[in-house]
Amino acid sequence: MNTEVKSEAVITESWEPNIIAFCCNWCSYAGADLAGVSRLQYPSNVKLIRVMCSGRIEPQFVLRALELGADGVLICGCHIGDCHYIAGNEQAEKRMKMIAELLDILGIGHDRMRLEWISASEGEKFATLMREFTEHIRKLGPNPLKQGGESDG
Amino acid sequence: MADRIKKLIEETGAFDCVECGKCTSVCPSAAFNKEFAPRLIVVKALEGIENDPVTEKNMWSCLTCEICNGMCPYKVNYSGFIQGLRAQAYEQGKPPICSQGGLIHTMQRVMANSKLKQNRLGWLTEDLKVTKNKGDVLLFTGCAYQLGTVFADKVGYEKEVPRSAVKILNAAGVTPAVLEDEVCCGHDLLWIGDEDSFFKLMDRNIELLKASGAKKVVFTCPECYRTISKDYQDFGGDLPFEMQHISEFVAEAVKEGKLKFGRIEKKVTYHDSCRLGRHMKVYDAPREVLKAIDGIQLIEMERSKDKATCCGVNAWANCDEVGKKMQIDRLMEAKKTGAETLLTFCPKCEVHFNCATHNKVPVEKSLVDIPVEDFTNLIAKALKLG
Repeated sequence: MNTEVKSEAVITESWEPNIIAFCCNWCSYAGADLAGVSRLQYPSNVKLIRVMCSGRIEPQFVLRALELGADGVLICGCHIGDCHYIAGNEQAEKRMKMIAELLDILGIGHDRMRLEWISASEGEKFATLMREFTEHIRKLGPNPLKQGGESDG
Repeated sequence: MADRIKKLIEETGAFDCVECGKCTSVCPSAAFNKEFAPRLIVVKALEGIENDPVTEKNMWSCLTCEICNGMCPYKVNYSGFIQGLRAQAYEQGKPPICSQGGLIHTMQRVMANSKLKQNRLGWLTEDLKVTKNKGDVLLFTGCAYQLGTVFADKVGYEKEVPRSAVKILNAAGVTPAVLEDEVCCGHDLLWIGDEDSFFKLMDRNIELLKASGAKKVVFTCPECYRTISKDYQDFGGDLPFEMQHISEFVAEAVKEGKLKFGRIEKKVTYHDSCRLGRHMKVYDAPREVLKAIDGIQLIEMERSKDKATCCGVNAWANCDEVGKKMQIDRLMEAKKTGAETLLTFCPKCEVHFNCATHNKVPVEKSLVDIPVEDFTNLIAKALKLG
């Protein structure tokens, strides 16, 4: 991958990672809410998209987000066994494995995407994850698909 | 806009249409979709009834299988006409609704618009003899490996195809070259109208193929074969190498006595995919190959060769209930022959037929449950026994 070369060039232009996080309505989004009402700090690089279930997230959502210039994609759902729709998160887990493989084949690298389980009571975990993933993407550098390295941070 | 339609009408000979309706009578899509008729699309455009053909939603129902082109007494190029209309629709920001949410097209656009180092040869194992990037005979692997990943849990499509192809070439005494930076041939993008990305892919592939110094390029995928030998040469000028489908290569090698097969006891039937059959006119080579394998009995379906129907989806763009009906119809026809396996070369036909029986079917399950096997894999299996 040629990210190293690019990232050096762009970091000097004060590049900020642009991260899309898909959160399921019942657990992870509520977890994000809890992080908010508990006044836990996490970086503003993360943009949340609420979906009804992590099983709703199609492989295309992840790839399209990356194609359009997101630097990282997070997928958050209920813990296994806690899915509001019984097994949606199991579907998500299966799909994400496939996407990880595809990202590797395409040369984007699977480490730009991550799947995490966050329950409604895990506000702290949510904030920590957002901080940690932002730093992780910062280290990886900008998305190699992004032309010109522009970002609204 | 109107000028471009006029030009398209001239180029594809649509002006010669005598409204006889033969195209509609053979169209596999029109048989199940009353709203769709190839004739109607052309006539509407000719008479200017539809001011903006781009809003013609029926043009996405066309399977571009070219059965109408072959039937037309005045040789109207319907598929070319549809291709032109689609390119204009795409330009105006009206792409079709694609299956898989457009995942496969996105993958292809990613290849077109970036110079990422792909893991294109992930399927390569040590027992396969290949050279990288340079060689006299080149194997264009196509997207079978990627499709195998996308459809792994859905329809059991095997990633084995490129491996099988190399095994066949090796057995014939050829060490093929494979391209590390090969990109998608762009077939799907061309047929959904995204010409910009298609040309990017085309330029990259032509550059790589020319740099490889290959004298012969072998394809397993009928779509790559069509796109590179027809569309690339139409748009980008003549290519300095011979192109061959793997079935033609094997048929030739068998004649020359370079390939020997073992015995497989099996009754099979063969589905001529539209790209290999009607588009490239390769009908006999696959049948010769089957004849060369001992114990294989080929039972033809009622509609075969240039009358073969379509697998129901084109360029991952129009997967709908009409396509499903066509798949079930074709599978019933295949099952009726009494064959144990349905063979085809096209990875898409395979995915679509498998998908049709993956879920609930509207008919008795026993009428359609015929396993679909890749022809290239079958040839490789027969080699192993020999």
